[in-house]
Amino acid sequence: MNPSSYIVLSAILFSIGAIGVLVRRNAIIVFMSVELMLNAANLAFVAFARMNGNLDGQVVAFFVMVVAAAEVVVGLAIIVTIFRTRRSASIDEPNLLKY
Amino acid sequence: MPAEGVFSLIWLLIALPLAGATVLLVGGRRTNAWGPYLAILTVATSAVLGIAMLVSMMGHSAEERSIGQTLYSWVFVGGFQADMAFQLDQLSIVFVLLITIVGTLIHVYSLGYMAHDANKRKFFGYLNLFVAAMLLLVLANNYLLMYVGWEGVGLASYLLIGFWLHKPSAAAAAKKAFVINRIGDVGLGLAIMLMFATFGSVTFGPVFGAAGEASEGTLTAIGLLLLLAACGKSAQFPLQAWLLDAMEGPTPVSALIHAATMVTAGVYLIVRSNVIFTAAEWAAVAVIIIGLITMWMGAVIGSAKDDVKKALAGSTMSQIGYMVTAAGLGPIGYVFAIFHLLTHGVFKAGLFLGAGSVMHGMNDNVNMRRFGALRTVMAITAGTFIVCYLTIIGIPPLSAFFSKDDIIHASFERSPVIGILAMLAAGLTGFYMTRLVAMTFFGKARWEDDAHPHESPKVMTIPLVILAIGAAFLGMSLVYWGNIETWLEPVTGLQEVPLPLPSWVYETVTLALVLIGAAIAWTMYARREVPVEAPHGSWLTRAARNELYGNEVNDALVVRPVYHSSRWLVWFDNKGVDGIVNGSAAFVGGLSGRLRRYQTGFARSYALSMVGGAVLVVLALFLVRVS
Repeated sequence: MNPSSYIVLSAILFSIGAIGVLVRRNAIIVFMSVELMLNAANLAFVAFARMNGNLDGQVVAFFVMVVAAAEVVVGLAIIVTIFRTRRSASIDEPNLLKY
Repeated sequence: MPAEGVFSLIWLLIALPLAGATVLLVGGRRTNAWGPYLAILTVATSAVLGIAMLVSMMGHSAEERSIGQTLYSWVFVGGFQADMAFQLDQLSIVFVLLITIVGTLIHVYSLGYMAHDANKRKFFGYLNLFVAAMLLLVLANNYLLMYVGWEGVGLASYLLIGFWLHKPSAAAAAKKAFVINRIGDVGLGLAIMLMFATFGSVTFGPVFGAAGEASEGTLTAIGLLLLLAACGKSAQFPLQAWLLDAMEGPTPVSALIHAATMVTAGVYLIVRSNVIFTAAEWAAVAVIIIGLITMWMGAVIGSAKDDVKKALAGSTMSQIGYMVTAAGLGPIGYVFAIFHLLTHGVFKAGLFLGAGSVMHGMNDNVNMRRFGALRTVMAITAGTFIVCYLTIIGIPPLSAFFSKDDIIHASFERSPVIGILAMLAAGLTGFYMTRLVAMTFFGKARWEDDAHPHESPKVMTIPLVILAIGAAFLGMSLVYWGNIETWLEPVTGLQEVPLPLPSWVYETVTLALVLIGAAIAWTMYARREVPVEAPHGSWLTRAARNELYGNEVNDALVVRPVYHSSRWLVWFDNKGVDGIVNGSAAFVGGLSGRLRRYQTGFARSYALSMVGGAVLVVLALFLVRVS
């Protein structure tokens, strides 16, 4: 099996995610971009696992999903808390932790 | 010989005055009433003990006269041992007697002199401390214990010079004496270390016993270091500058410490270490040179000073110069150095106490240009002073005639140059002492208006009379009655070299020179009017008045270079050392100030740097893979 098209797709998805994280201000969108990057990585894992004919990569993909789910819980909670205090979901606004 | 009978009390000689000092200084104000009497009692008891020991010692044969007493082992580390042990021999006993007897007389005198001083008790405490330290110095049987006494007398001298510490000049003089003495003390300390390194011991017996085996270079080094120590304590050139300033102290102190006893400690050190100086010829030559220089410096300074105490201090320097010269002559001179030391201790104490008595009657004025004709109002002081004066210039048959002529004689035995220099200095002695006596007791009265000179109380005049009698007869009795030469010979050795001319020739020439000097001074200062204001004078007079620029030389050679180099070091420390330390701290601080600007607080810029970093890592991996 030739994984190159999967890898290319994974790279495209990852780049879209990364650019989304860098250029968008809305915390929800940024969060979604992060998820996109995680899933791009998952895609690469699964593709390579398929190519090598073992299950290691697939297991890692499951782990990533589980950890991502937990991360979503914590991350969304933080976003909601910030929204409650600042009436905004922009991630540029909470910038007090600096020099 | 072990200590038996009266000699088992050697430790008590030192312990008595030390106990007196402790009681007076620790007891504080409640000993004010009886403290001074206790101080006199302790020293007097020591004197009586000393006399008993002398009598007992005379009963022994010459070989059995050296008595050792070990109290306990004081320092015992590895191969190093120094005991709390005393050695009483023919040399120590004469010192013990000089210190305790003259000390007792000066204690008694101080009772009158310090009668109105609020801190009289403290003064007597310090005097007792001095006597104890000086006795320890001369009784110790090893150099380390001697060093304790050596430092003790330095401390007592410091405390007593600065006794009137409300006077800035006295405080400065005390500090000066202490600092200059310290230079000499370093010499003694190094000499002790070198002795231990060479001989493995610092006790007199083993050191002198092994001295023959050491190389001449080592012995010369030890000798020169001991000479440095002697120069500091005995105010010899080039460490002489402190003695004249030391006259800021009360006059009994000048008499006891800075004339009779402490300043002669250097002579004691050299004579006690005679084995080393006899073996190290060049060190002995250095001793002679130092002695001759100081003999002349002191005499010249004494000839020009108008301050009666400073003129006497110049004379003290000069007389100690005689002793040091004699001590440098080797076995032909050691005995006479000690002989002159003894007679000088008595007559110079008499002279100083006489000067103190004059000051006491003249509102503590010391300017001789304001004295004159005082023999009319203070007969006893004038009489005793004139006896001591005739003694110091060496009129036969008074003490210094014997002791000084012996030194001149011994100088000729070594070399005519030394002899002639010593002889001419005797003439100068005649000049400056006559000048002093003429300006003080003869001529016209030049008193200040508020001065009402009067004779001092009996408590002061009786010690003067005793000292004058001692000054007159001590020399004679030590020559004819108890022969000091045979007495000291077992310790110092004695050697006589025949001279080309009979000895009466030298004596006559010396006496003639003294009389010429005295006659010149008499015409200048007794016959003629003495101006109240000091005349400008020749360059030599001005130089002598300025103590031959000793202070200026010290200033230029030591004080200012040290001062400037310390200023430079402070600058270097501030700018150089601190500059490096503070500079690196400032650099790190500044750098971190810049770097923290990258902590913007924007999460997305952090993310960008993470991405950038990841891209860089990937690129690096690619590059490595490609190459």
